[in-house]
Amino acid sequence: MASPAGTSPTDSPAPVRANTAPRTRRTDRWWLPPLLTTLGLATFVIYATVRSFMRTDYWAAEHHYLTPFYSPCLSDSCVAGSSHFGTPIGELPVFIPLAFLSLPFLLGFRLTCYYYRKAYYRSIWMAPPACAVGEPHERYTGETRLPLILQNVHRYFFYVALVITLINTYDAILAFGGENGFGIGLGNVVLLLNVVLLWCYTLSCHSCRHVTGGRLKHFSRNPVRYRLWTQVSKLNTRHMEFAWLTLGTLVLTDLYVWLVSSGAIADLRFIN
Amino acid sequence: MAYPAKLRVWRGDTTSGELQDFEVEANEGEVVLDLIHRLQATQTPDLAVRWNCKAGKCGSCSAEVNGRPRLLCMTRMSIFDEDEVITVTPMRTFPVIRDLVTDVSYNYEKAREIPSFTPPEGLEPGEYRMQQVDVERSQEFRKCIECFLCQDTCHVIRDHEENKQSFAGPRYLMRVAELEMHPLDVADRVGDAQDVHGLGYCNITKCCTEVCPEGIHITDNALIPMKERVADRRYDPIVWLGNKIFKRDGA
Ligand code: SF4
Ligand code: SF4
Ligand code: FES
Ligand code: FES
Repeated sequence: MASPAGTSPTDSPAPVRANTAPRTRRTDRWWLPPLLTTLGLATFVIYATVRSFMRTDYWAAEHHYLTPFYSPCLSDSCVAGSSHFGTPIGELPVFIPLAFLSLPFLLGFRLTCYYYRKAYYRSIWMAPPACAVGEPHERYTGETRLPLILQNVHRYFFYVALVITLINTYDAILAFGGENGFGIGLGNVVLLLNVVLLWCYTLSCHSCRHVTGGRLKHFSRNPVRYRLWTQVSKLNTRHMEFAWLTLGTLVLTDLYVWLVSSGAIADLRFIN
Repeated sequence: MAYPAKLRVWRGDTTSGELQDFEVEANEGEVVLDLIHRLQATQTPDLAVRWNCKAGKCGSCSAEVNGRPRLLCMTRMSIFDEDEVITVTPMRTFPVIRDLVTDVSYNYEKAREIPSFTPPEGLEPGEYRMQQVDVERSQEFRKCIECFLCQDTCHVIRDHEENKQSFAGPRYLMRVAELEMHPLDVADRVGDAQDVHGLGYCNITKCCTEVCPEGIHITDNALIPMKERVADRRYDPIVWLGNKIFKRDGA
């Protein structure tokens, strides 16, 4: 079909679009999901920041529960018992969180995560706030240039996150042996649940999907990696769920350890 | 039960246009395209609308209903309240020709910018042999009916006309991914995905996936895997080094 003069996208002047006046014609509550996302992310960020700098009640000494927000604790400033890997680092000034070796990487991992990118591009940066709702920005270059082109380093954060998840797993296992030897309490269940979901989140990562097999052109020549890729792909479809679930379990775990170690509640014991 | 539905339809051409209100009879089981046809038959014989199959398979009847990009023939009237005003407008991202019909030639231009399937040298048609597991990823993308709803929704060009030059849109980035993942395609498409087709503009906000009537996981299965391939090539020193040392070209 012949296009009317001047309306082909590569011609100038600007083509005639059909009455683009209102920002959107959507009649549903399109603003609700971005609002909820912002509130959810803000709640986590505020909680995590406060807790990371508090330096109290992160280690329940009696049952050996360590909150993930203080793991690994490698400094002389850590309370006795909480350092599962020794204290190669001396005292730390108060403005440096005790888990300063893991927190920046975890932050980087989540900030560059393909799901969180979607979440905050939509809710905070409003590019776009919702589908078919105009964004407020004059110009848009996406992830083509600095600083957003740096999102491409996501895979390196993934590798570090693997190591940190291993450390969290080790912490959760050690928690089965308290001051009185082996025992199981509600705290163990909480720590374990958190670790399981952290693994789900970490392994469902798109970069993980890519390195396990996504980058191959011929699955048939790499049957093992194809199987791995298939499993990771299954997890990957629920990556968003795991992203939110883990924010929830991280807060829950930390809160539980906080309450137990401060003496506000007693750990519910099942065995010993 | 039949009832008079309130329809608000954009009418106009390249010079001007406006929303006009109509009352059109709606019957049980009908879709928005049925009402547009009834409107055409009873009140506005010159109303322009593109359609063909009425079965969600030809991709012709793309438009926007209450601001959401949709196929008119797959949008059931039953999702609206009987007294709700239903606004039908042409796709916003493309220049309008008349009423609900837009000029979608942008998409054909972008399609032509992608080099076609390139088999290995010496392999003749008829000699292609492929394993099912190797082609299944590409097969998902071949479900595309070229309705261009994803292109219409993508904010990169919907909100920024100037980006049309450098951005091919989700449908065509998916085409690049389809060929890149094809076991017999030997063309190198990764660099072009970023430089020529503008993959970096996509910020993976998934609106293309949300509107695709074929339910193709455009973002998760085509765009993000392509971004990872670009990262291999451009932004990953370790992969780059590995490729140099082992003289491999990406398995
Ligand atoms: S995911 Fe990317 S291509 Fe799809 S609509 Fe969003 S920005 Fe456009
Ligand atoms: S990918 Fe989906 S939305 Fe895009 S043109 Fe094809 S069928 Fe339509
Ligand atoms: S962690 Fe979300 S994509 Fe990698
Ligand atoms: S008329 Fe063919 S898809 Fe709607």
